[in-house]
Amino acid sequence: MLSFILRRLLALPLILLAVTFLIVLVMQLIPVEQRAAAYTTDLAQLSRIPEIIKTNRLDASVFEQYWRWLGQALGGNLGFSRTSGQPVLSTLAARFPATLELTLSTLIPLIGLSVWLGSKAAVQRGRAADTFIRVIAVVSSSTPSFVLGVWLLVIFYGALDLLPGTGNLSNDSAISFLTGEIKRVTGFVTIDALLGGRPEVFWDAIKHLIMPVFTLMVVGSAGLIKGTRTSMLEALNSDYIRTARAKGVSERVIVRKHARRNALLTVITLAGLSISGLLQGAVIAETLFGYPGVGAWAAQAAALGDLPGVLGFALLAATIVVLINLAIDLAYTVIDPRVRYA
Amino acid sequence: MTAIGGSEVRPIKKARGGFWARLFRHNRLACVGAALVSFFVLVTLLAPVLAPPQGNCRRALGMEGTQTVPGPLAYLRELVATPGACLQMPRVGFAAQPNPPAAGAPLGRVNGYDIRYGLVWGTRTAIFLGLTVLAITVTIGSLVGLTAGFLGGVTDNLLMRLTDVIFAFPALVLILVLVAALGPGLLNIIIALSLVSWVGLARVVRSEVLRLRELEFAAAAQSLGASRARIALRHVLPNAIGPLLTIVVLEMGSLPIVAGTLSFLGLGTPLGYADWGQLIALAQKWIQGPPGEPFAYWYVTLFPGLCIFAYSLGWSLLGDSLAEALDPRNR
Repeated sequence: MLSFILRRLLALPLILLAVTFLIVLVMQLIPVEQRAAAYTTDLAQLSRIPEIIKTNRLDASVFEQYWRWLGQALGGNLGFSRTSGQPVLSTLAARFPATLELTLSTLIPLIGLSVWLGSKAAVQRGRAADTFIRVIAVVSSSTPSFVLGVWLLVIFYGALDLLPGTGNLSNDSAISFLTGEIKRVTGFVTIDALLGGRPEVFWDAIKHLIMPVFTLMVVGSAGLIKGTRTSMLEALNSDYIRTARAKGVSERVIVRKHARRNALLTVITLAGLSISGLLQGAVIAETLFGYPGVGAWAAQAAALGDLPGVLGFALLAATIVVLINLAIDLAYTVIDPRVRYA
Repeated sequence: MTAIGGSEVRPIKKARGGFWARLFRHNRLACVGAALVSFFVLVTLLAPVLAPPQGNCRRALGMEGTQTVPGPLAYLRELVATPGACLQMPRVGFAAQPNPPAAGAPLGRVNGYDIRYGLVWGTRTAIFLGLTVLAITVTIGSLVGLTAGFLGGVTDNLLMRLTDVIFAFPALVLILVLVAALGPGLLNIIIALSLVSWVGLARVVRSEVLRLRELEFAAAAQSLGASRARIALRHVLPNAIGPLLTIVVLEMGSLPIVAGTLSFLGLGTPLGYADWGQLIALAQKWIQGPPGEPFAYWYVTLFPGLCIFAYSLGWSLLGDSLAEALDPRNR
């Protein structure tokens, strides 16, 4: 078991190396002058482009460029992101908590609701409830998040003015954070507001979360609902359920204890996958709702050809995905005692 | 299952007849999906009738004077290879304010672009994009999956680690990086989407190949003296492609969403290209109406949004029903 974890953790750097090399390789397609422009912070510096190319050796071979980046990265310097106007590392540190807050606020209700709907559909198979839930899943899978987001903004921000349209805090609340009135303990604005004893700031943060969370949930739920339904159906059709019924176990217990627990294995895999999906959704939702997370920054960095920024985000995203896959594999052993890793 | 005290589980309606009967009979969702998809295919075919060509497009199709629909030959030619000029939304003025639906632009205008024209001809963009990306990814995916599954060993290991690396990264961001590197434009979007989405298909084909090559018919072919290449291409591959059908149908619906997302993030088709995502991106500025009229610009967000949604819904419903019908447990 321990050796399995160690082996997987050792594979992590290899995957990170491959991912970052892939990106440096792809980025070579961008003309060298344009890449150099990503190093400048104002128009006056544009005349220095040949110099920038020379000092940063942007015209060297891919391997040499990658080697340079790697040397710096291992020294803790991920470079400077023009998009954020800050070093990549401090941008990540400043923006990641917001993304984490957004994704976690989505993930928990998302999994709860989808698993509930999915197993409901399986138990009620072929009836109205099943059809209804299937329609929900199909509709949510075909709703583009940017369309849904724009519609939500038109209704709840533009027309009704019930919810704020941009950011994760309104100005007054943001000022209490900036002045140090509320201390940054966890980095999550909701929790920090509560810890600082400011319920109105907490409520403000929640209001800013509603639309992005809803958008992410709608888009992420389809796969989870469908997956839960399929694996529940499989479980409900198995012999041990027949045995349980023959023993006279109540239908409630059969669904809750016998079927759902066995269906959990697939659900865990899908939930893990949906975290990767949420990271992707965060790019759109953060851009749409002006949320100050890493996703919005990554989208901008990619659009501007800001190589250090994109590489920084790639490192973060790939690390998360690899660690989550490891966590899923470990979760299997807890849920299913038959699964063992040597 | 159902006979044993299972009052909770109702027998599943079994449709008699072949696969198609099973797909569409008693399945209203599949019918709705098929209807939506047919509607969009029809829109593609009738584009010059539904949104009459203007300006350069008229010239490209050799239309004269009062002619509103191109002649039969020009129509046919335009169906096979749409001239670039026709995929450019005609622009009337540079007014910042959107114009509400009126004669001439029944769905309104945004930034001077006729929304109806963009939606109708954008259907071509969506279908062309979907078909092209799928043709490329199915080819690459099957070849890689077949090679990995059939050869095994080092080749398999290398190819699968490559898919691991691509999977270790949120696909959208990888596509963003690729489009940023290649530059915007429909062709580059197609290349970027293809480079990222063959991975899932390759894995499905590989696992099918691993299963199929152990079956009797592969051994039988071998005993008849068939070469390895022949077994792989003639016997294993055709059987391994079946499971791709559902994925392909679902992808037809989701690819325009990804392409639309790119346009929305500012990395899409060039300005004025008939593309649904671009219309949404243009609409983004008109979320708030002027004071006192919150829904003044409703047409700008509603029509393009509904269009993408309906298109994607059609393919999803069809794909979903297909998966149900292909599932051997439902036979």
